[in-house]
Amino acid sequence: MTDTIDITGTVPSVEREPIELIGGPPPGAATLEARDACAWFGDRLVLEGVDLMMPAGQVTALIGPSGCGKSTFIRMLNRMHELVPSAALSGQVLLDGVDVYERGTRAQDVRMRVGMVFQKPNPFPAMSIRDNVLSGLKLARIKCKQKDAVVERALVRASLWREVRDRLDSPGGALSGGQQQRLCIARSLAVQPNVLLMDEPCSALDPTSTGRVEETIAELRDQVTVVIVTHNMQQAHRVSDTCAFFLAAENEPGRVVEQGATSRMFSSPDDPRTLAYVEGRFG
Amino acid sequence: MSALSASWLTFGVLTGGIGWLGFGLASYVLFLVFVFMVTAETVSVTAATDRVATVVIVSGAVLLMIPLVWLVGYVTLKGIKGLTLHFFFDDQRGITPVLPSTAGGGAHAIIGTLQQVGLALVWAVPLGVLAAVFLNESRSRWRRPVRIFVDAMSGLPSVIAGLFIFAVLILPYAKSIRLFSFNGFMASLALAMMMLPTITRTVEVVLRLVPDGLREASLALGSSKARTVWSVVLPTARTGITTAVVLGVARAVGETAPLLFTAFGYDLTNANPFDGPQESLPLFVYRNIRKPDVNAVERGFTAAFVLMLLVIGLFALARYVGRDRQRRRVGRRFHLRLPMKGDQPEIGSASQ
Repeated sequence: MTDTIDITGTVPSVEREPIELIGGPPPGAATLEARDACAWFGDRLVLEGVDLMMPAGQVTALIGPSGCGKSTFIRMLNRMHELVPSAALSGQVLLDGVDVYERGTRAQDVRMRVGMVFQKPNPFPAMSIRDNVLSGLKLARIKCKQKDAVVERALVRASLWREVRDRLDSPGGALSGGQQQRLCIARSLAVQPNVLLMDEPCSALDPTSTGRVEETIAELRDQVTVVIVTHNMQQAHRVSDTCAFFLAAENEPGRVVEQGATSRMFSSPDDPRTLAYVEGRFG
Repeated sequence: MSALSASWLTFGVLTGGIGWLGFGLASYVLFLVFVFMVTAETVSVTAATDRVATVVIVSGAVLLMIPLVWLVGYVTLKGIKGLTLHFFFDDQRGITPVLPSTAGGGAHAIIGTLQQVGLALVWAVPLGVLAAVFLNESRSRWRRPVRIFVDAMSGLPSVIAGLFIFAVLILPYAKSIRLFSFNGFMASLALAMMMLPTITRTVEVVLRLVPDGLREASLALGSSKARTVWSVVLPTARTGITTAVVLGVARAVGETAPLLFTAFGYDLTNANPFDGPQESLPLFVYRNIRKPDVNAVERGFTAAFVLMLLVIGLFALARYVGRDRQRRRVGRRFHLRLPMKGDQPEIGSASQ
């Protein structure tokens, strides 16, 4: 396929039909819904009574000042929260109507369907770019015959293909920070997840790279549900369809103050605290 | 320099009878005082303090180097005489006390060392890496006892390891089972006991250096814990683990005591580690240096020299592997290097 690329450098359109993954997640975006979600670290309640709907195929932004439980919440959605010793939780997280914490549901299967991109780019240093993209298939034991197609499609969707297509075998750590983060996005996308969680994916990136990642998010919208934590109000405004504002008063657990369509949240929110926050008067 | 000669002169007059140690110490102290005074006079007090501290540290380093250089130099001088190519190809067949030290060789010992250490690696590396993974990746409450146990094992006198194998396996079973008599296999078990704590502790340190972000990334992709360790953590720590293995080998290759009651020692070539007594380089040294004839002692020194070269070579290899390919590869390739002699604080803080 790379042979047919013309010299102007345009990317050949990747066929839209899904690549067959045996043992992978079911196709399409999924709805996530949290019901009365609470989280503890030890005895300390950090998140209380979060009811939040993250509609399929939309971008939901979680905003709020530091320490209000956004990251904890997003980690509850794919069962990463429980990896912290002393962490506890209650409530439900429904993935297409099924509670991910239901007895008999394996955390691995949930995490395979709900991908995650972290704050700090963390490509696997011992693997090449290509192996990094394919690592999800290997780690989750998903079988696939069209590995090259998976690599290309994931990198194209993470808008990294053009930059790395000639050096797929060089180590993933040799890329720039922004490229590494997009490599991590490609890695998450390769398993074709139903939901993609992003925990401040741009906080370690320069504006140009941030722009590229935001473009990527916009292009992903129709294929995967995106939940993004961000401290950047403009970014939340630019990329998200719906928005939830988290806030924690001093010595109190974080709560969702307000949620709704991004346009309304940023123009005429119901709660004065939301207005103050989105206008940059605090936080 | 002028300060040195001045102090020398002064003390040459004043302490004629104290002896060389007192003279050396006194002139050293006076030398420091002179350095301080001269620098304080010409530059400043701060510079003088700095200068004195530098002098103390440098002289301490030189003092430490003296025994090391002495030891290496002594063995080299004594050993290099008997070192011919024959040493690497011949055994001690037909050697009588009247023959010169260049006659015969240590090929049987080299073969034995390689086989015993190689076999010991086969037992110790998987066990050590597994133990390190258990200590670092699991959340079991048995981690603390195991860590204490590993620490205690690293302080185990090597002769005890040999005695243990002798008492538990060789003594009761040697008559009935041939595998449990004196042979290289028994020696490898004793050596593995010596290697195990070294490998476990160093691998554990290296695994601790693997960023948690990588484990999280792997788990978030739907991987199991075991698979994360196997496919992400261990490959990331690969260079460090290699270093740990080489250090373990270097620890075991020079051991004599565990071999005394296990490999037993033998003057002829025995290439089968599972049957019959075997020689090894440290045993060769031990057995020959105790012999009452000059030529055997010289042979022992030659073997000691070869053994020393082997250990130095192994440490060099460990450093080389630990140094990793950073400089040869383009870009900021991520690597884990084992803290080594040059950077003590890291290993100290990590082993707390």
